Amino acid sequence: MTDVSHRDAGLLRVDTDECKGCGLCIEACPPKVIRMDESLNPYGYRTARYAGAGCTGCGICFLVCPEPGAITVLRAARPRQSTAPGQQARP
Amino acid sequence: MSSEPEVTWEIASSKPASFYSTYERKDELQHATHYCPGCGHGIIHKMLAQAIDELSIQDRTVLISPVGCSVFAYYYFDVGNVQAAHGRAPAVATAVKRSRPGSIVISYQGDGDLSAIGSAEILHAANRGEPITVIFVNNAIYSMTGGQMAPTTLLGQTSTTSPRGRSAAHEGYPLHVSELLATLEAPVYIERVGLGDNKQVAQAARAVRRALENQVRGLGFSLVEILSPCPTIWKMSPVESQRWVRDVMEKTFPLGVLRDHTQAAQSEAVPIPPPPLSMIPGIVGVADAGLPAEMTGDADVPALDLQVRVAGFGGQGVLLLGEVLAEAGLDAGLEVSWLPSYGPEMRSGTSNCHVRLSREPIDSPLVTHPDVLVAMNEPSLRKFCSTVHPGGWILYNGEASPEDCDCRGVHVLARPFTQIANNLGDARAANMVMLGALLEIAGNLPQSSVDSALGRLVRNPKWLALDETALVCGRRLMREARAEVSHAG
Repeated sequence: MTDVSHRDAGLLRVDTDECKGCGLCIEACPPKVIRMDESLNPYGYRTARYAGAGCTGCGICFLVCPEPGAITVLRAARPRQSTAPGQQARP
Repeated sequence: MSSEPEVTWEIASSKPASFYSTYERKDELQHATHYCPGCGHGIIHKMLAQAIDELSIQDRTVLISPVGCSVFAYYYFDVGNVQAAHGRAPAVATAVKRSRPGSIVISYQGDGDLSAIGSAEILHAANRGEPITVIFVNNAIYSMTGGQMAPTTLLGQTSTTSPRGRSAAHEGYPLHVSELLATLEAPVYIERVGLGDNKQVAQAARAVRRALENQVRGLGFSLVEILSPCPTIWKMSPVESQRWVRDVMEKTFPLGVLRDHTQAAQSEAVPIPPPPLSMIPGIVGVADAGLPAEMTGDADVPALDLQVRVAGFGGQGVLLLGEVLAEAGLDAGLEVSWLPSYGPEMRSGTSNCHVRLSREPIDSPLVTHPDVLVAMNEPSLRKFCSTVHPGGWILYNGEASPEDCDCRGVHVLARPFTQIANNLGDARAANMVMLGALLEIAGNLPQSSVDSALGRLVRNPKWLALDETALVCGRRLMREARAEVSHAG
């Protein structure tokens, strides 16, 4: 993702080879920043895709995902310089 | 791009270390599990692996895999693994825990496994207070076998064996295993959780971790029942099935802690390990007893010792071919074994079977180095060609074996058997043409035994006639092939 907002507390990576497109992460994501990709992976599944901004790094998508390594959640390592109010959506 | 400093990222959640990095179950798809999209097993596996990581017990954990879709848990968890017979996981777990008291033993079971065939094992393991952890995955149906009614199936829920919905009058009420076990005195911790929404999933992860922690602390028997979605068999989307857990299943199986004696429970001293195996005969007083007398061969029984592997796609009659061969051997008075082997996945599949015929008692039904390989398609040939015993035969359903297939040291009969069968009347008789060729190799097996076996297994007269023709044709193909070889030689 090249368009990651540096203000986000979290970042999401999806292994599109492992994802089976069940959509549970999309349903679970509190700020609703995961979408279903239109294209198919080599196994014929549409896969989850991070919208590119707004991840809070809560990690619930990782927990509800049935594949062991399809989702990796990252968090910003150090405090952000400025916090824009309302950036961090809450469930 | 921006004047503000770059953010560095650290990994917050990723694949737990207690999983293997790749899964070597099959040559293909080694990066993904065999579970269907949206399957609860994957989610529960992840919770368990995370808890194992967090408690730093990977090196001393032994996971008991059940029978069911999660039968292959041992391909995913990088821990000690034992796979148990259907329903027997708590008994196996008991044995492992007692023989290796320092290990952390997890019995992972589905509702078909635990609450039906294994209801006695779980009841007594709980009643004995075995200090193990049981993960009970309840999806209210038999999923791996295609959706039959389970003891846990809800009232009104349809299944292939309760097509009009489960009725209390005919099939009884859903079995509440956790409540049942909570009436016993010994269990320390029993909780029912669900995978119905984010909150439930988070609670389930906490409960799994707690159940493991109890064992690390040596407190006693812990069980977590997890209401888990099965989108494929419930015929719902993954999200719909998740909601069904929360909105429907939970009404029958209320969530909550049913037993928590962890405060009062005493941490048990590690028991003394059992004596070594070599001392057991002396202890039970059978040290001098001889082995049973050897069985002697019957003069009428044909001299034959044959190990066969038959492999192909599901639907090609792979299993029937093996069954006819084994039945014919049985009819001729031989010792026989027939072991079907096919995957648990509901999507895609290949099947194969192991057949042994022998005058001597058969020690194991597994055929790892066949004398004859019947490969009904190319993937099967590639998979098994290198296992064939030197000097053995490969019967391959194709014009010629692929050039990059190493078939050195073995005889190959490659013919388009499906096409040949089609010319005889039906492509589906390809298995019987191949069996005919195989019988020519196993020359000592009387034709009368084959006829009687075929008559028992193929009831439809039309098919029986076609199969008999196919057998004759197969025998002829093999005789011709052998004649060619001897001419050439």
